[in-house]
Amino acid sequence: MSATGHVWNRRQTNRNERLARASGVLGNSLEGKLLPAARIADLLYAVIESGDRVCLEGNNQKQADFLSKALAGLDPARVHDLHMLFSVLALPEHLDVFEKGIASKLDFSFSGPQAGRLAKLASAGKLNIGAIHTYLELFGRYFVDLTPRVALVAAQAADRHGNLYTGPNTEDTPAIVEATTFSSGIVIAQVNEIVDVLPRIDIPADWVSFVTKAPTPHYIEPLFTRDPAQISEIQVLMAMMAIKGIYAEYEVQRLNHGIGFDTAAIELILPTYGASLGLRGKICKHWALNPHPALIPAIEAGFVESVHSFGSELGMEDYIRARPDIFFIGPDGSMRSNRAFSQTAGHYACDMFIGSTLQIDLQGNSSTATLGRIAGFGGAPNMGADARGRRHASPAWLKAGQQARAGKNAIPRGQKLVVQTVETFREHMQPAFVDRLDAWLLAEQANMPIPPVMIYGDDVTHILTEEGIANLLLCRTEEEREQAIRGVAGYTPVGLARDKRMVENLRDRGIIRRAEDMGIDKRLATRDLLAAKNMKDLVRASGGLYNPPKRFRNW
Amino acid sequence: METLNYRFENGTRKLSAKAELVGVVSSGNLEVLIESADLQGACSIEIKTAARGFGAIWEAVIGDFNKRWQLADTRISINDMGATPAVVSLRLDQAVESVVEEK
Amino acid sequence: MTSSYLEANARERIAQMLDAGSFEEFLPPSKRIVSPHLGQLDAPVSFDDGVVVGRGALNGAKVFAAAQEGGFMGGAVGEVHGAKLVGLLKRAVQEQAEGVILLLETGGVRLHEANAGLIAVSEVMRAVLDTRAAGIPVIVLVGGSNGCFGGMGIVARCANAIIMSEEGRLAMSGPEVIETANGVEEFDSRDRALVWRTTGGKHRYLLGDCHGIVADDTAAFREAVTQTLQGFKNNPTALSLQALEAEQAMLEQRIARFGDVADPLEIWQRLGIDKPQDIAMLEAAAFMSLAEPHRVKGQA
Repeated sequence: MSATGHVWNRRQTNRNERLARASGVLGNSLEGKLLPAARIADLLYAVIESGDRVCLEGNNQKQADFLSKALAGLDPARVHDLHMLFSVLALPEHLDVFEKGIASKLDFSFSGPQAGRLAKLASAGKLNIGAIHTYLELFGRYFVDLTPRVALVAAQAADRHGNLYTGPNTEDTPAIVEATTFSSGIVIAQVNEIVDVLPRIDIPADWVSFVTKAPTPHYIEPLFTRDPAQISEIQVLMAMMAIKGIYAEYEVQRLNHGIGFDTAAIELILPTYGASLGLRGKICKHWALNPHPALIPAIEAGFVESVHSFGSELGMEDYIRARPDIFFIGPDGSMRSNRAFSQTAGHYACDMFIGSTLQIDLQGNSSTATLGRIAGFGGAPNMGADARGRRHASPAWLKAGQQARAGKNAIPRGQKLVVQTVETFREHMQPAFVDRLDAWLLAEQANMPIPPVMIYGDDVTHILTEEGIANLLLCRTEEEREQAIRGVAGYTPVGLARDKRMVENLRDRGIIRRAEDMGIDKRLATRDLLAAKNMKDLVRASGGLYNPPKRFRNW
Repeated sequence: METLNYRFENGTRKLSAKAELVGVVSSGNLEVLIESADLQGACSIEIKTAARGFGAIWEAVIGDFNKRWQLADTRISINDMGATPAVVSLRLDQAVESVVEEK
Repeated sequence: MTSSYLEANARERIAQMLDAGSFEEFLPPSKRIVSPHLGQLDAPVSFDDGVVVGRGALNGAKVFAAAQEGGFMGGAVGEVHGAKLVGLLKRAVQEQAEGVILLLETGGVRLHEANAGLIAVSEVMRAVLDTRAAGIPVIVLVGGSNGCFGGMGIVARCANAIIMSEEGRLAMSGPEVIETANGVEEFDSRDRALVWRTTGGKHRYLLGDCHGIVADDTAAFREAVTQTLQGFKNNPTALSLQALEAEQAMLEQRIARFGDVADPLEIWQRLGIDKPQDIAMLEAAAFMSLAEPHRVKGQA
């Protein structure tokens, strides 16, 4: 109590009360911070209060699945109106908590597998979405106005003090735990094993309140593996255009690839096509990237100097261990990932982002939103946005900035290359280019304040399709921009409605470039250009170190 | 299935006198049979496609193909299983190149 | 052009298998002998009904060859497709070919064509045995991504020899069919490593169901076929009662030895292979030399 009578340590006091309840109900089951899995419900009832903000991991790759099930198994009469915070709504239990009335409010970033069910629950009024974020935004808010009161996290192992080893799949844990612990919150970790000595300490015991060994190892999803056997000739052609028309043009040394077969094709033709153009050492040295198996040949061929990762990838552990000069490896020999720092790197330290999308409109806005699914954003908007806060220069950044500002009366500044790569038609002949994004309809349907756009047209610098590259940096009017987009939209209705004369003119000025204009012989665009044509080739390229999950094998 | 037919008169480029087949009738793909034929200098193209209702797009793709090559006395026959315009143009060009180049 | 057998389509495989420029196709696509049934189902046809057949040379030897196109209807055999194979086998006898090579990639009978497809496959079986009886070796190659399944799996085993890559699969029932009929505990068709352990080239070789394993390379297949054909010069090719009886005996022994085993790894262990878990990663040549002393010796 201070002189005015105001209480300044409510949260600390409340935390101590919760901890006291926990030790009271757990008694001798609690050994220091460790408790048996069978007592998890008792712990949760003791330390969670109705209305709490609870952060549940919910990462892109790893999931605190045991804790998720335990939370979803609570009695809503005792615990209700929780405000849930997720990086990723991945498991059914993440939405069960809403269905059962344990939780009522939600802030998150991405919802991949649960997107359809999320939309249904939202429209049925079973949950109230605060906002949909990017990962970095959400982490940021953990330190401002969305601080978790309780964090439920997953780690590889703990020691008897409660120190945690999060290992290759460290992912979001440091950001979540720091925000929670240092605001007098409670951190509960499920681990795969309890050991006497950890390989290294990723999260110190002081930051952790409780640890339990889960009955089964926590689930990890292999999201970043792409089988080269599924890459088409069209994707190889687009990869050639990306490398010759953009990577080489701007000397892109630092980059992020959005996951997809288009970018996998680029990774796989670096050692072949990229090398044939003399580009080893000139491009693609430093990556903010998950450990894509498709990058193995480029690493082995000497293109890659460093990779910092958001998370790990199942099957890559031994390969990563054997390449400590490339990946971020601890003194113990295993990788540490960190989504918050990788996101920061992708936003500020990379000169280019390239990724695919589902729809692009006439201003270059792109969205993956589809009706009936609230999928969210993940990290792409951070990668795929100009970093206006950036100040340090690089050749690519300066060149892009010059192209954008040439002839304008504006102070010089650089710009990040943001490339959207897409085939003009998707499966079932769905055009990728549209007059109006489905995002508008979704916004109406799901009561969103604005349509959910993944990457804004303002930030897009290039659009790459099988028809060529549109360089939006060089466009000077809205109309030029629109025709440049139509000019690479092929036979879609958007493309067919082009002003032919204007598009010809844009091509003469180099704003639109076709494969021929870049000196690319389309007949070379075959799968023979791929340094690895199938999963087994990737295993061979890794010297047998890469061990693909079963679903990717054909041997 | 839908059948589409196109014919372009006054072509300028003849092919070697053999028939060639490129492509496979698998999902998202097509086969293109290209043959010499006495058509008084014309090029005729017949498409049998499993994807109905895309006549306008086929017309634009085939029109551009003809502008590219201006073939004469050529018959092209296509069995298509929902290939995108990108794949169609690729196979058509591959078919022409298979009979234009000396083997 | 790719050297991968698996990636190549039927036409590319035949062109690369035979001496350059030697292949003459029978009933080429320009003849447009298409399926008489698929149109009624409003399904697309293929100008060659999914199989390329013809005559060519293999290091100068006169051979007849067929290659199934796995991309068209999964390589499944319909009326025309089957008739082309039968016609090829009969003509090989008429012209006294030195060998017949069948590049099989197929799910078996084309169900769309119902009885016509079933009859077609059984006619192919008879034709293969007739060709063998005429003193002409019939060699089957299996290395495509669809494998060789169904009734055509049986046809393959009616041939004189089968050469496979480890990517190839040879069986009767498909993995999904087994799982649907007998449950996922019996066979998890999504466990691709298990599927290949059970039906893939390496296991077939160890069990004695195929005669050679090659790398996924058309030149390697060509070399293996050449050597196999050499082996049949001046050796009988016809099916004999003696051979059938020996085969029966081998099968009885095999099921007695391994009938209780749930996973091929344990079969390989019982065959005397030291580290069965390492088999999957071995390249073809290393695998064959490791496997040779241990494998079950099947009959042709």
